[in-house]
Amino acid sequence: MLKYLIRRLAATALVITLVSMSVFVIFAYLPMDPARLTCGKACTPSIIEANRHRLGLDVPVQVQYGRFVKGLVAGRHYGEGVASFDCPAPAFGYSFNKHACVSTLIADAFPVTFSLAIGSFILWLLIGVSLGVVAAKRQGKWQDKASTAFVLVGISLPTFISGILILLLALKFNLIDPIEMGRWVSPFTDPIGWARNFIFPWITLALAFAATYTRFTRSNVLETSSEDYIRTARAKGLSEKVILRKHTLRAALAPIITIAGLDFAGLLGGAIITENIFNLPGLGRLSIRAVLVDYDLPVILTTTLLAAVFVVVMNLVVDILYAYIDPRVRVA
Amino acid sequence: MAQVEQVEQAEQVEDDVATFSIVQRTPRQIAWMRFKRNKVGVVSACVAGFFFLAAYLAPVITRILGLSNTLTYSTTLNNFAMPIGASGGMSLTHPLGVEPGAGRDLLSLLLYGSRISFSVAVITSVASIGLGMLIGITTGYFRGKVDAIVGRFSDFLLSFPSTFMIIALALPLTQRVEALKIAKGNGARIVVLVVFFVFFGWPGFARLIRSQAFSMRERDFVMAAQALGASSWRIITRELLPNLWPTAIVFLSISLPGYLAAEAVFSFLGVGVQAPASTFGLVLSDAVTYWRDDPAYLIIPSVYLIIIVLSLNLLGDAIRDALDPKAVKA
Repeated sequence: MLKYLIRRLAATALVITLVSMSVFVIFAYLPMDPARLTCGKACTPSIIEANRHRLGLDVPVQVQYGRFVKGLVAGRHYGEGVASFDCPAPAFGYSFNKHACVSTLIADAFPVTFSLAIGSFILWLLIGVSLGVVAAKRQGKWQDKASTAFVLVGISLPTFISGILILLLALKFNLIDPIEMGRWVSPFTDPIGWARNFIFPWITLALAFAATYTRFTRSNVLETSSEDYIRTARAKGLSEKVILRKHTLRAALAPIITIAGLDFAGLLGGAIITENIFNLPGLGRLSIRAVLVDYDLPVILTTTLLAAVFVVVMNLVVDILYAYIDPRVRVA
Repeated sequence: MAQVEQVEQAEQVEDDVATFSIVQRTPRQIAWMRFKRNKVGVVSACVAGFFFLAAYLAPVITRILGLSNTLTYSTTLNNFAMPIGASGGMSLTHPLGVEPGAGRDLLSLLLYGSRISFSVAVITSVASIGLGMLIGITTGYFRGKVDAIVGRFSDFLLSFPSTFMIIALALPLTQRVEALKIAKGNGARIVVLVVFFVFFGWPGFARLIRSQAFSMRERDFVMAAQALGASSWRIITRELLPNLWPTAIVFLSISLPGYLAAEAVFSFLGVGVQAPASTFGLVLSDAVTYWRDDPAYLIIPSVYLIIIVLSLNLLGDAIRDALDPKAVKA
């Protein structure tokens, strides 16, 4: 197990390094000059050059990457003299347009995205797994047909349409206060206000995911139910409840962990559409705004990198969990 | 399904014993028979085909109806630039009503919009499946170093946050495409979108094909071909490819609605096709601003898109059931 762990950890570190390098290089060779983007209309070549130097963009890309990595660990100092400023570690860069360290912007946005992700994650797992189990247990009956209909609607309804419809219905029936909408409320100070803020985004996101999870759970439970050891369990007189809980679900849900982990990681990077529709100030909206409003390169670079890191790290976590559940994986 | 098939075939054989003729069926005929029996599949194929044709014949249809997707029908709007009449100004001349604000005909907008969406979806699916097929077969059949390198590279691609990359890079790359004079305006945006979708889309399919080619090369019919001295090229094109087509068709039917919706999402977010074109994403993001005064403008395009995606999804399920009855829906 330890050997497996070390091997996977090393591979993950390598992938993160490679992904971050390639993202960094891609952005460095974009046909856009980040220094030019730092100043508005009253721009002179000398200001651009000064800003280029202050942001450390006047050195080769490999040096920039080195400084970026160093900044992540040790924080970063920009410019000299009076005009200098610091970004404490982990320093992802400095957003000239927002006059803030990118780490500050991320720190503000991440709790929103995390709240959105964790709530909808719980919701869609509950709905998807229970509907899937019911559909499998009542195969061919009305419950199964109803869940099939739910799956079809959920899969065919793009998130941006269901999101808009849910938002507009909530506005129509005064379930959302349009002025309060999108204001961040901490779950520690006001848990009810927090949940009220997030309930409709949660439903929007959960709807799309719950559909695929229902389908997946149903087929997995059906497949496991025809295994010999389930028949054995039934033959030795175990109740259906115990069989389902201790034997069927244990085997059927293991592969769901993998998918659930990766889907969750994908959302941690920012649920762009949902955040956009519900005006939630999370990572997804931060990056789409950064692209559309002023092409704020340091912010875009960071959100893209973070999204990749979440997925890679969650891949590792899921693999370890899986190796723990299923010993055969470790050898392969 | 397979068992029913066998029983039926057995009955058929018994019936035919008297005349000593046994009906032979190719796998393709069997699949087609299965598909024809699936009512939902046939209906959704008709619906999807109808919308597909309507999209491609958009210029013809609008000409027959005497409409245009660029003309503004200002007489259909009131002083507040809202459509006159119920349901977003539905009338015989404008079957789906008119757009508030500018006053363009909604049916023509949707026809031309679905034309873009379908084009993106079809080109992307075909290209990424073609690329995935090529790479999957090559790596699965030849294995060795190529397989290891390509495998690592596709793992690497799969860990990229593709949505973020598309959003972040669409704008600068569109400018690059325009500077290289490959295409202009929305043409350039479509090129960028398709290239991105294909770039991030092929690894999934290549993996699937690789694993199938991997196991197939050990089968007897491939060994027989090798023993007869067939070249690798011949084995790939004559022995492997015919067996991999069903997988490709199933994958195509699954990825079409996905890319169709993806195109809508990116234009909705403002990084895809832009006005004056009229894709679903653009119409819907415009409709959100008018929802209180003109809900029909929001509902009609939504329903239009949902019907297309739903029928494509149902069609995909039916195709999968017909080609691979053993597959469990996952």
